[in-house]
Amino acid sequence: MSATTNILVVGIGGQGVMTATEILAEAAIALGHDAKKTEVAGMAQRGGVVSSHLRFGERVLSPQITPGSADVLLGFESAEAMRWQHMLKKGGITLMNTARLVPPVVELGLFDYPDDPLAEIRKTGNKVVAFDATTIAQELGDIRLGNTVMLGAIADHLPFGAEVLLDCVLKRFARKGEKLVELNRRAFEAGRAAVGAAEAALA
Amino acid sequence: MAAVMPAPAASRHLLSGNEAVARAVWEAGVKVAAAYPGTPSTEMLEEIATYPDLYAEWSVNEKVSLEVAIGAAYAGSRAFCCMKHVGMNVASDALMTLTLTGVSGGLVIAIADDVGLSSSQNEQDSRYWGRFAHVPVFEPADSQEAYAMTLDAFALSEQFQVPVILRMTTRINHVKSIVTVGERVPHTGAGFRKDPARYVMVPGNAGKRIPLMFQRDRDLRALAETSPLNFIEPGSDRRVGFITSGPAYMHVKEAFPNAPVLKLGFSCPAPFEKCRELAALVDQVVVVEEVEPLLETELKAQGIAVIGKDILPLQGELSPAVLRPAIARLLGEVLPESEATAALQLFPRPPTMCVACPHLGVYYTLSQVRNLNISGDIGCYTLGAGHPWQAMDTCVSMGASMGIALGMDKGRGESDKDKRVVAVIGDSTFLHMGMQGLLDMVYNKGNVTVLLLDNRAVGMTGGQDNPGNGRDIHGDEAPRIDFAKLVSALGVKDERIHVVNPYELPVLFKTIREEVKVPDVSVIITDQPCVLIKDYHKLKPYAVDEDKCTGCGNCIDVGCPAIHVTRRGKEVKASGREVDLAFVRIESSVCTGCGLCLQPCAPKAIEHYVPSAPIQFVKGGCLA
Repeated sequence: MSATTNILVVGIGGQGVMTATEILAEAAIALGHDAKKTEVAGMAQRGGVVSSHLRFGERVLSPQITPGSADVLLGFESAEAMRWQHMLKKGGITLMNTARLVPPVVELGLFDYPDDPLAEIRKTGNKVVAFDATTIAQELGDIRLGNTVMLGAIADHLPFGAEVLLDCVLKRFARKGEKLVELNRRAFEAGRAAVGAAEAALA
Repeated sequence: MAAVMPAPAASRHLLSGNEAVARAVWEAGVKVAAAYPGTPSTEMLEEIATYPDLYAEWSVNEKVSLEVAIGAAYAGSRAFCCMKHVGMNVASDALMTLTLTGVSGGLVIAIADDVGLSSSQNEQDSRYWGRFAHVPVFEPADSQEAYAMTLDAFALSEQFQVPVILRMTTRINHVKSIVTVGERVPHTGAGFRKDPARYVMVPGNAGKRIPLMFQRDRDLRALAETSPLNFIEPGSDRRVGFITSGPAYMHVKEAFPNAPVLKLGFSCPAPFEKCRELAALVDQVVVVEEVEPLLETELKAQGIAVIGKDILPLQGELSPAVLRPAIARLLGEVLPESEATAALQLFPRPPTMCVACPHLGVYYTLSQVRNLNISGDIGCYTLGAGHPWQAMDTCVSMGASMGIALGMDKGRGESDKDKRVVAVIGDSTFLHMGMQGLLDMVYNKGNVTVLLLDNRAVGMTGGQDNPGNGRDIHGDEAPRIDFAKLVSALGVKDERIHVVNPYELPVLFKTIREEVKVPDVSVIITDQPCVLIKDYHKLKPYAVDEDKCTGCGNCIDVGCPAIHVTRRGKEVKASGREVDLAFVRIESSVCTGCGLCLQPCAPKAIEHYVPSAPIQFVKGGCLA
């Protein structure tokens, strides 16, 4: 990876995209990196598009990731993962949740939702790994674990060890009791395993 | 991020620009901080309110917030006020005379420009206020600078007895970066010293203050020339030098690491000599500023040859991706090809109203009433202009729905003679600047039906409290305004005031239909809370009985994001007309049982959802 690592986290207002990016930033800072995190999130709470930029390294200047320079794209929703492909650098990777969140403009028949966003992404030639974070979270007993699954998914695609990120995730739940910490640990590992398995299948 | 509060000095934190300013406001010993919420400025005061030993308030509008801060600064205490860019339009009446009286305690005004229009009705350059009002402007380039410059601004404010503007942009307010914080230094107010010649701005007094203001300009400019906030980085590639400020500095450094740069932190009054110094170092000077060619114009007037908006955009944010090609063209260079693939074409995903939002019922109803011209206002309910309702025809400025409705009524042309004029305004916007418009409407015998959507919160900015919900900035009990009494006091006839539950569509429909026919000012108040605040209570979710759904699609027109189409079809009616069918389901994990969608459902196919397992509610969207 280049001197500055660029991670783009995308999804929809209300999904927890910004919090996930913040946790990634905390992990980078814990390792002594400089870091900047920024969003394009107009009215994010209202179901709009959210793209959260995280840049870290020795010294970060501009907070925005330049198109064509993202190392990793973490997509919380499949069409949103597709929307931001132009941000990836050559050799960058997309890690995407296969969830489909269909907006009202599509339900109204004004626009179409792509049949297979994963296939559209593959057509660009960019590397992509897909997994069903929502189902993984549901199987662990709580759909709200989806964000931790997503963070687990990116854990092996960072220029530092997964345990640093896991620590930062679990710190968030420390006050809420051991049970929740344990659930999130499992969700994190499940996300890691899902990406690992999907990558092995592709190899 | 309330956890910042007890943070020891010299510790490093990941803070947004807003959080960094809040920390500095507390460290500076500010006694009074006031604001009206507005993106991207809101979190400054939200954060300040979490600190001890100061008074913070949500004011009813930006002008009042500035006046509260002015009073505190006159009283000798340090004061802070913040607002979004358009807020200063409202507050500027106070600012333009404040510059003559000056202040006793330090007064810093943070203005957040929404460069790139992420959540605003226009794009303004607040640096102009510095020139217009003859007050200094500081421009931070990241959170650390936002923190440090806030502290510097208080010192400068007291040194020159002048309010200082901290000009921020979305890329400062909302970007999180690392900040090293310090300790709080208590500040003891000097007390209010009566001085009518200074504080009572009647013509005779004000006229004597104006020369002092101009002298202050000269002194401040001299100080800006030597201020450490304005510095030159000599660089090694002398072909192009840059004069820049705010977040644009970071973009310049990223894109042209070897170029000479004059970075202006204390940007108004501009240090012209410093600019000449940079110009002497390089072949060409490019001024990189967001948004207007303000400094560029001033430098050209000074006879300094600079390039600016002739090669850079006048609108929107700058970034390395914008700067690189512009400068390459200037130098006649060819950039290496970008690694970016072409952006894939995809449906747009505009912000939507929330599941069960009380505004859904209002806009669904308005979309079903014919012959309306609807003047709208600023808040979540501005989304009513979009699909599927398209039931808002204008949106200009806070409270404008009132005056514009009256003007539409009085100025109606022949083609509009049968149209009814409706104004839609939210509770907080009404209290901000709508009340005066309603009074004007009553006084001037308008024919307008006003929909006052009281959801007990400043919704769009995150559900802040206001005088309409009986809670102060800390969530503690506060006097609560009674909207029916208020509009009655403004002169609306009691029989023309209706308080309606927006989830009861037949009542809402009948009330609107009847009131628009009455040639008088009517006010229909809806009284259900925003679904994102604690006053809202979820009810049992609904589901669609697929055997009963006929695909009529009426429920989709309500616009609730919990309703999803499962399949589409076509049907030929007895009349021979072909109609589209859309069969639906309700995402029960996000439905909170408001019951709006079942009211227009022709076959009565929507019933309470019977879960096979306990329901987990999901905040925000639907997971499909």
